[in-house]
Amino acid sequence: MAKRIIPCLDVKDGRVVKGIKFVDLKEAGDPVELARYYDQSGADELVFLDITASFEGRETMLEVVRRTAREVFIPFIVGGGIASIDQIRNILKAGADKISLNTPAVENPAIVKEAAQVFGSQCIVVAIDACWNEKMQDWEVYTHGGRNAVGLSAVDWAVRVESLGAGEILLTSMDADGGQDGFDIPLTRAISEKVNIPVIASGGAGTMEHFSEVLKEGKADAALAASVFHYRQLLVKDVKKYLSEQGLEVRES
Amino acid sequence: MKKIVIIDYGVGNLRSVQKGLECAGASPTISSDPQEILGADGVILPGVGAFIDAMKKIEPMRDVIREYVNSGKPMLGICLGQQILMSQSEEGGLTEGLDIVPGRVVRFPHTDLKVPHMGWNSINITQEHPFFEGVPDNSYVYFVHSYYVDTDEAHTLASCKYGIEFAASVINDAKNVIGTQFHPEKSGDIGLKMLRNFVGMC
Repeated sequence: MAKRIIPCLDVKDGRVVKGIKFVDLKEAGDPVELARYYDQSGADELVFLDITASFEGRETMLEVVRRTAREVFIPFIVGGGIASIDQIRNILKAGADKISLNTPAVENPAIVKEAAQVFGSQCIVVAIDACWNEKMQDWEVYTHGGRNAVGLSAVDWAVRVESLGAGEILLTSMDADGGQDGFDIPLTRAISEKVNIPVIASGGAGTMEHFSEVLKEGKADAALAASVFHYRQLLVKDVKKYLSEQGLEVRES
Repeated sequence: MKKIVIIDYGVGNLRSVQKGLECAGASPTISSDPQEILGADGVILPGVGAFIDAMKKIEPMRDVIREYVNSGKPMLGICLGQQILMSQSEEGGLTEGLDIVPGRVVRFPHTDLKVPHMGWNSINITQEHPFFEGVPDNSYVYFVHSYYVDTDEAHTLASCKYGIEFAASVINDAKNVIGTQFHPEKSGDIGLKMLRNFVGMC
């Protein structure tokens, strides 16, 4: 089974908001064009994170999903602002392979269970944002894009979402995110060892070695990154070549 | 242009496979109409979800599918669509399948390996067939499943290892019905190549 490398695109009102200046695209900022670029460069899967607040923006996102499904033939996850079974249905119907739930899962865990029953665990990803809490001596779950601490242990929460029927965990370390100093290995390993569903590690990618570390020592099944790929500090295909040289199984394309 | 029908029996997302076929040069329609199915040059049997539900939903179309298959024209079952081609499945109590390919559908044994088997894995092409023409051995394709197909060598086109070795792709005796456990429509360029091969067979 190959380890997966997953670029993440932040989308606002139907446009990609990070890193677009650095990629030579005909139409800079078009998520579909960027998705196609990543497909061709060897990405194994893609994440669209919708950071739009408005209703109109969400309709735009559905159109982005439809267009992506028309042109990109690798799996993709859509996350951000999804809070109801109807919304999940619309996004899957538009062509997404998986959806991810974050805050709504914490506020109403029953939605994870219901979504898994209705659509199957394979398309329900739970995104967990975690930050080390010195007092708790544990990683604490945050919601609302990292603004609210909820007093819940990230490891316990991961175990819980698996039992609710989540098919995969997208784990972001808030301590590591944005730093490019490497993924949070202890956090990733703590959760990967406790659950029997795939864990996508996110936050902190800066070098090829970081990817190797999180997939080996962190025991992650997949590694996600945004900036390093968007700004072309690293190319997906070079990372995969490196991982292969390190003895990790990756999809050669 | 080849007339390809994706059978709509109320399960799964048909959009990806439709777009994949368009990209492969076909103009696919989604239908449950017996006349359209019988008049097609090629048929896709999709499927996501539970075996027992799929069999219930497809039951009214069983005779039409059998008649189509007997005509010798190509059919491709994808994922659960491959599984329902088989004789029977253990999923949700022993359930009869369409019995177009002999063999049964069984759950992955309990090991350290994660179930569902989800992600990219490589396949070993064990039999020559136009569907895999130009597809290199050990190509990576995208899988999502908790049950696998257990059949004999004669009915296996490609195998995959995930703890055990299972049939990643199957074939019937007449060689016109193919199944893939993986999703060609989600397997990048190599998957599109297979869909193009299928369209070419139609």
